[in-house]
Amino acid sequence: MEHTVDAEHHGGGTKEVIKVTIILSVLTVIELALGFAMMGMENGGLRLAIKGAIVILMLAKAFYIVGYFMHLKHEVKNLIMTIVVPLLLFVWFITAFLYEGNSFKHLKNTYDPYKKELSTKKAEKKEETKEIKAEEKKKAVE
Amino acid sequence: MSTTTTAVPEKLWSGGKSPFKVEYGKLMMWYFLMSDAFTFGAFLIAYGTTRFATNGWPNPNEVFRSYPFASENANAPLVFVSIMTFILIISSVTMVLAVQAGQQMNKNKVVINLILTILGGAAFLSCQAWEWNHLFHEGAWWGRNPFLNADGTQSTTNFTNFFFTITGFHGFHVFSGVIINIIMLIMTLTDKFEKRGHYLMIEKAGLYWHFVDLVWVFVFTCFYLI
Repeated sequence: MEHTVDAEHHGGGTKEVIKVTIILSVLTVIELALGFAMMGMENGGLRLAIKGAIVILMLAKAFYIVGYFMHLKHEVKNLIMTIVVPLLLFVWFITAFLYEGNSFKHLKNTYDPYKKELSTKKAEKKEETKEIKAEEKKKAVE
Repeated sequence: MSTTTTAVPEKLWSGGKSPFKVEYGKLMMWYFLMSDAFTFGAFLIAYGTTRFATNGWPNPNEVFRSYPFASENANAPLVFVSIMTFILIISSVTMVLAVQAGQQMNKNKVVINLILTILGGAAFLSCQAWEWNHLFHEGAWWGRNPFLNADGTQSTTNFTNFFFTITGFHGFHVFSGVIINIIMLIMTLTDKFEKRGHYLMIEKAGLYWHFVDLVWVFVFTCFYLI
């Protein structure tokens, strides 16, 4: 990243704010476009790839907010390290817990066929909620 | 990468001054925000774990598809939430401008930008209040889930529990942020910072406000997009 004279003194200036605002907006628009593109898509490799792309864009947005809006990029390296290094624990948290969740699902589906059967049965909740709504309306009228 | 031009690293630790080159309160705000990041992270990871451990999950595009003044059968997924996202980004920008105005000791500019930030926060909270109200009237609440999974199977209440808990916790942060900003506005208007000779307090409030925006980036992605 190149920095201007302004950035070296205060780290900022209105120019940088405008630049970061535009970057954040563009990233958000791309995220939304990917979200729209993903709609109605079958579960599969492409869908997963788009989700991955959205996560990467999310991390880029986080970088710009923390680095420029919260000014961390212009702080002393010591300070950056005390904040960023502990957050690296998240890498392990996310990996371990998601792996655990996935493993739990597979074990349940393998050893608890009843549960598996239940989770593949089509529900008829829609009508039920309509009935509840109709009842509520009746009550409201009374 | 590093912007240190005059300070040699060893001199930072030779005593007599902060090796972090920031004021004590600001450093502590950073550590508080780091701990808060772990709290939000724990919530979101719990949500992710549950989602990975569950066979089906509701499609967010079917659940969050309405907006204020829409007809009952409105189908506009992602529209309302993207408005909320932009409101928060813009309010974050006005907060940066308030912080910069504070560094220039420009009281009027601080006041204007703080008011804009507070309005942005209030607008976001209003949007969230509308959305919660809308979902509640669709039958969703803690322990109640009227939505089906994407494949038409029965869904669990985990979906609504996590949604209301996490967006609620974030909304509570926005609410506290708005209160803090109102206090900052009052302190600016009563010349508290002019008398102190610096607007460092605004910088700390700004850090908190940006953190709220940061958390929304993650919440928005995890609940509405993927």
